[in-house]
Amino acid sequence: MKIAVCVKQVPDTWAEKALTPEDSTLDRAAADGVLNELDEYAVEEALQIAEAHGGEVTVVSMGPERAAETVRKALSMGADAGIHIVDDALHGSDAIATSAVLAAALQGKGFDLIVFGSESTDARMSVVPAMVAERLGLAQVTFAQRVSISGADVTIERVTDYGYDTVTAALPAVVSVVEKINEPRYPSFKGIMAAKKKPVENLTVADLGLEPAAVGQSAAWSAVEDFAARPPKAAGTVVADEGDGATKIATYLTEQKFI
Amino acid sequence: MAPILVLTEHERETGAVKKTTLELLTLARRLGEPVCVWFGAGGSEAAVQLGEYGATALYVADSAEMNDHPVVPMVDVMEGLVGQLQPAAVIVPSSADGKEVAGRLAVRIGSGVITDAVDIDDQGVATQSVFGGSTVVHSKVTTGTPIFTVRPNSVAPEAAAAECGVHAVDIAVSDLAKSATITERTVAGKGGRPELTEAAIVVSGGRGVGGPEGFAIIERLADSLGGAVGASRAATDAGWYPHQYQVGQTGKTVSPQLYFANGISGAIQHRAGMQTSKVVVVVNKDAEAPIFELADFGVVGDLHEVVPQLADEIENRAT
Repeated sequence: MKIAVCVKQVPDTWAEKALTPEDSTLDRAAADGVLNELDEYAVEEALQIAEAHGGEVTVVSMGPERAAETVRKALSMGADAGIHIVDDALHGSDAIATSAVLAAALQGKGFDLIVFGSESTDARMSVVPAMVAERLGLAQVTFAQRVSISGADVTIERVTDYGYDTVTAALPAVVSVVEKINEPRYPSFKGIMAAKKKPVENLTVADLGLEPAAVGQSAAWSAVEDFAARPPKAAGTVVADEGDGATKIATYLTEQKFI
Repeated sequence: MAPILVLTEHERETGAVKKTTLELLTLARRLGEPVCVWFGAGGSEAAVQLGEYGATALYVADSAEMNDHPVVPMVDVMEGLVGQLQPAAVIVPSSADGKEVAGRLAVRIGSGVITDAVDIDDQGVATQSVFGGSTVVHSKVTTGTPIFTVRPNSVAPEAAAAECGVHAVDIAVSDLAKSATITERTVAGKGGRPELTEAAIVVSGGRGVGGPEGFAIIERLADSLGGAVGASRAATDAGWYPHQYQVGQTGKTVSPQLYFANGISGAIQHRAGMQTSKVVVVVNKDAEAPIFELADFGVVGDLHEVVPQLADEIENRAT
């Protein structure tokens, strides 16, 4: 089975994030770049499927030069090969362009399964997996808390408000996984050393047969007008509990008309 | 006035219109004349209520395909309706289904999409609260028919009566839409409480709750207030409470009228999921916990004493 797993480099989950005043894009230089947490689950799931059913895992990432570290991280976890789409023209791309780039990179390579994390911790849009499925004309089985492969079918549990839906599709298909679907492995020393020798193909926008003018910030179909830091919250009332804490909260909640 | 296409959502079992739908209608009225699309059974019964909130038409797609296949049949129907009605904008809820519908529809009709808007003005400028609520962004769709996904609890629903005609939708569903099939729906988790992301009141517990049994008092407080239960990542990672109730950067984002944080320190990871809550009440033993910076009202104390006492008080006041 040929499995692709799409990953994104994002600012460290624990770092404060900001937009740059110059062009209102995410300030990626301000924080360490890490493999998007939800994509770690995607990599792990892809590896587990390959281990159980045979096959190879290709990591696909679109991002600036330093996203190469993120591709290596996934390789050190055990993926076999990488594709890094890196091109200055991509700076400021919206989800529409990102999905076009990823679809172009995935198209025609014979992947049976394309796995994503269900969202990135920076933009948090959750639309790219569905957009890629749309562009490739593939079934989407997304927001999975469990994935199983049986013959030529993939079955998932799609998380819903009320619980989950069991959803089945024939391969090839696009899968996205939610947090806690598995326990992502830590790269071993051996894995880290092996990753250095694994093949990573660097592709430009032109290599994918796309026009550089069709991607990046100037081609985006939405634009930021302005942004500002949220004004700090006015300090509230904090009291120590001297046996009357509950009564004080109840009084406050009554004033605020919650009870 | 130009039509604004609104994707409605309702409870599967009861057919009750979700409050978020009424919020979407309230925003849609700023941009034009709301017309709704409804998937599944119960549409004609809901038309009266949707009309009370300004919907002038309801398009009902109630075929087996809508029920049996996720997301894509809705995209097919909405693509057809966009062609037919030429709306000035499309507004959908920021649910998993809503976001995926928005994303696919944007690709299909060649439109820009803005997700997780918390406000939309009459010029179509959307407000988003990003990076865990630390930054407020105004943005606009510049190409095609603007598509917005809107977070629950963004605006208060306002009634504005209109005559809402019901139309059955007759739009063929593509083979692609049938490529994934729902074989079973499983109701899991804690029933009887409001849905976490939509709830007006959320009562959460963190590390300070101390263990899975400690969540009983969190649940009791939530029930006394008619709220939903949330948990911090520390609590869900420890297995004290089911993962789907995690509030935070890697969990759910909530923006309730009242967020009640118990035994939660308030790391960025958690704040990212609740920072835009209107009123925040905190109970924590540690007076230095960063969560107190967000508190409108806070008590430094042991939640195992304060929370049950408070639940008693609220229950007594209610009787």
